[in-house]
Amino acid sequence: MSIAVRNLVKMYGDTAAINDISFDVKTGEILGFLGPNGAGKTTTMKIITCYMPPSSGSVEVDGMNTAEQSLEVRRKIGYLPEMNPLYLDMNVLDYLEYSAQLHGLRGGAVQQRIKEMVHVCGLEDVRHKDIGEMSKGYRQRVGLAQSMIHDPEVLILDEPTSGLDPNQIAEIRTLIKHLGRAKTVILSTHILSEVQATCDRVLIIHEGKIVANGSPAQLQQEFQGADTITMEIKAVAADPQAEIAPRLKTVAYVTGVTLLAHSEGRSTFEIHADKGNDIREALFRTAVSEGWIVLEMHRRVTSLEEVFHKLTTA
Amino acid sequence: MAAFPLSNVGPIYRREIRSYFNSPVAYVVIVVFLAIVGWYFSNNLFLMNTASMRIVFELVPLVFLFFVPAVTMRLLAEEKKSGTLELLTTKPVRDVEIVLGKFLAAWTLLAATLAPTLVYLVTLMVLGTPDLGPVVTGYLGLMLTGGVYIAIGLFASSLTENQIVAFLIGMVIILAFFLADKVLLYMPAAIAPAVEYLGIDYHFSNIARGVIDSRDIIYFGSVLGFALMTATASLERRKW
Repeated sequence: MSIAVRNLVKMYGDTAAINDISFDVKTGEILGFLGPNGAGKTTTMKIITCYMPPSSGSVEVDGMNTAEQSLEVRRKIGYLPEMNPLYLDMNVLDYLEYSAQLHGLRGGAVQQRIKEMVHVCGLEDVRHKDIGEMSKGYRQRVGLAQSMIHDPEVLILDEPTSGLDPNQIAEIRTLIKHLGRAKTVILSTHILSEVQATCDRVLIIHEGKIVANGSPAQLQQEFQGADTITMEIKAVAADPQAEIAPRLKTVAYVTGVTLLAHSEGRSTFEIHADKGNDIREALFRTAVSEGWIVLEMHRRVTSLEEVFHKLTTA
Repeated sequence: MAAFPLSNVGPIYRREIRSYFNSPVAYVVIVVFLAIVGWYFSNNLFLMNTASMRIVFELVPLVFLFFVPAVTMRLLAEEKKSGTLELLTTKPVRDVEIVLGKFLAAWTLLAATLAPTLVYLVTLMVLGTPDLGPVVTGYLGLMLTGGVYIAIGLFASSLTENQIVAFLIGMVIILAFFLADKVLLYMPAAIAPAVEYLGIDYHFSNIARGVIDSRDIIYFGSVLGFALMTATASLERRKW
């Protein structure tokens, strides 16, 4: 069940909430939407789920256009909107039954699916409780349960873990990963570790445009700045800046060496090297040949946080 | 799956009914309504010594003026405010199914509210022999009038996420229909018949007199249909 988004634009008055977005989601893929608040994540999801039409451009779910075959598209999609709206005056079972019926399930299939979702989402203990009386974590599970009640091929989850405590976040993540194996999933978040933990691919959206598209590892590599290595050396040297630093500079790819600290024969250096070269081995061999003892060596890799920061503050 | 194009009306209708009757709303509405109508009926019966349903048919359209918008104000406004409308409209449900389900639920509540007034009729039948024809058509007229009011109230509820605003808009529109045939004096003679035809009370009194005329039925049908279509279109407004 693939999704193809082409040249999507959504205008609110004169401002573009999303501005010419195109991307594809392959069957079985978990795609993460990343971006600051107001970047256009929710708007994009609302268009894919047929809640609102785009100003221009198109979305096709499994080859069906959201504008022309809205009902068919909606049948295939399970959606958890932002803020997870629920009928607070209904109890869990009634609500799931209602959701199932609206998805066209009838008779035994309804009870069968409810039973499954109650089990999968861990709702057994609260199934007779009014949703209004439940904690945020449980409500989120109910929201997930209703989005999957008809066993949809596509799941669209808008900030599925917002407002949950760390344990609940971990639970929901596991749930999404587990259930997402057989489905095409798009989820939005502004928690970066979530993307790293659950998504196969990331789209970073900023001011209505896609600024990065790739797997978390790819993005880290792509936006990797110069390699930075911190190294602590034990060596007899009265002036490390003059005696050790020049030797380190001769190592291939090294572009700069700074002495960070020096005391009692221990010197800490920060060594910069050309992007994409792991010079740790060369550094180690140099140290050995000079008779220095390497106490610590650490290569700093650009985190997804830094990539995100770089892309969304420009 | 959805073999009938209106197969989702049922689930939506049942949810609304449950929502009315699981909360105090339905009971408060019914009790208040019966208190008002009962007061006038019994005054009429005991003080005026008039054994007649006429007072009921004169009073109820008036009570409906504020009673119906109170019943309908939450129907769509509440779902807009809480965000559940987004959930509902992203399921494979047609907007017209949402409108119809909610309309029928409110209409059912109206019928449930009117039903206990049949006790008055029983009282009258014990005391004498009322003419049943106008009573039957009177109730028909009340249901039709109430139906039109509900459709208008539903439309008002689709305009806003604020229930109070929905109530006021609904009441003003209903009032306009109610008063249309009462302001003929101030109308130019040329358009007076047209304005009279728009007035809902004019058609209601025709029916309540015991005459079922196709012109009145067509009037109720078309205003009802038009209001429901407008409500559906208003719900689809998000797509404009």
